[in-house]
Amino acid sequence: MSIEFRGVGKTFPDGTTAVGEFSLTIPSRTTTVLVGSSGCGKTTLLRMVNRMVDPTAGSILIDDEDISRTDPVALRRRIGYVLQNSGLLPHRRVADNIATVPRLNGVAKAPARERALELMDTVGLDRSLADRYPSQLSGGQQQRVGVARALAADPNILLMDEPFGAVDPIVRAELQRELIRLRRELDKTVLFVTHDIDEAFLLGDQVVLLERGGKIAQVGTPAEFLANPASDFVAEFVGADRGRRALRVEELDGVQVVVDEDGRPAGVLRGSSAAGSFEAKAGARTAPGAPAQGERAS
Amino acid sequence: MNWLSSNFDLVLSLTVQHLRLSVVPIILGFVLSVPLGWVAYRYRVTRGVLLTVAGLLYTIPSLALFVVLPVITGLSVLSETNLILALTIYAVAIMVRSVADALDSVDPDVRRAATALGYSGWRRFWAVEFPLAGPVMLAGLRVVAVSTIALVTVGIIVGVQSLGYLFTNGFQRRIVEEVLTGVVLTMIVALVVDLLLALLGRALLPWARRGAGSRRRRPSSEGATA
Repeated sequence: MSIEFRGVGKTFPDGTTAVGEFSLTIPSRTTTVLVGSSGCGKTTLLRMVNRMVDPTAGSILIDDEDISRTDPVALRRRIGYVLQNSGLLPHRRVADNIATVPRLNGVAKAPARERALELMDTVGLDRSLADRYPSQLSGGQQQRVGVARALAADPNILLMDEPFGAVDPIVRAELQRELIRLRRELDKTVLFVTHDIDEAFLLGDQVVLLERGGKIAQVGTPAEFLANPASDFVAEFVGADRGRRALRVEELDGVQVVVDEDGRPAGVLRGSSAAGSFEAKAGARTAPGAPAQGERAS
Repeated sequence: MNWLSSNFDLVLSLTVQHLRLSVVPIILGFVLSVPLGWVAYRYRVTRGVLLTVAGLLYTIPSLALFVVLPVITGLSVLSETNLILALTIYAVAIMVRSVADALDSVDPDVRRAATALGYSGWRRFWAVEFPLAGPVMLAGLRVVAVSTIALVTVGIIVGVQSLGYLFTNGFQRRIVEEVLTGVVLTMIVALVVDLLLALLGRALLPWARRGAGSRRRRPSSEGATA
């Protein structure tokens, strides 16, 4: 399920332009992260994929089919969507929330519930929570329910709108690891929106950095961003020149230790060839997909 | 209590009659208010007009309405339908605003999530927005119920029998006990109906009660609207 943006633009009736002209191809079964500050149009772009927002220019194709010609309700049911504040239906129990889309598609109650319970296992939720209401869960648990619900109809495409933005850093790290695991198991095309460049580098096979108005500052793998930032804006945004992105090698008893800007150790350099030999702990298919993440993955 | 024990049958039948006269406008008022409240909620332009008109309706003195209604509807002046119509109008006057506010109170994130999941507009309304508007609508409905039960008594002036009969009859015959019985019973009927509505709410909206203790304020979602 590839997604293609072709010269997409969005101007609201009041004249403000959220997205100027945006073109991008999201290859099938990869994770693409749209990253940028508030007002860069990343959420607008995401919502165009399931027609929550219709572009005022250009077109979007899913597997070469122009989605403007599809029924939005049917389209949405085959695209998983996870929101920042989980967007759970507060009046439905956890299992019923997860089973929402299968039930909309006419799956009977019992098999839909069975599927919901399986998905709770998948996202690491205890089945005993199935009959709770969302307000009785922690933020992290709610977010897991949100992910389970998005996966319920086994969509090929998963849209994630700052899904971990509202949880605390520890829970966020846990959810990120979980998503990496899920992605490996489920093999979906994921489009992820965040304002956190670390999160983008951790999760993205392809990272798209946006400036105001949906203008692409750079597209590439995380490694490419660090190796060749396309502009000062990019270098500044990714912080390539500072902290644990500015690593250097120090020799200690004949071993090459990689240290950050402050001299704190980030890891040990194995083998003689440089960055290519780092193991992508995240398990991303593209090997150079996980630079400078020692701190997070530990 | 002498008067009450010797007139128990009369009081009982008046209470039943009073309940019947109250329940119909309460239910009718609610049913009519849902679409009207939805229109007020959905379209900014109609909101002001509808809510102003509803507010004005409530200021019409009941007696005046009882007198004018038969002229408009062409019904007999003595028909109890006039009373039911008038009370329905008052119920709508209060309830339309409640429904509009209730729909406004639904979290936009939840609305958006429901759309994103693939609810069509109609289905989303009944499966998500309407139940989530429940607590606020119920609060409005309880006000309507108590107000309607109190207003039914005024119907006695246009000849519709209810507990109000005990007021007029008691005053004419100088039986204080009778008047008091009417007042107290009207209050009891109102309290019982209010309690029943509250219990109905607990049964139909269990999530609103259970969540109340542990619900925390969500952080602002400004970033999500980027």
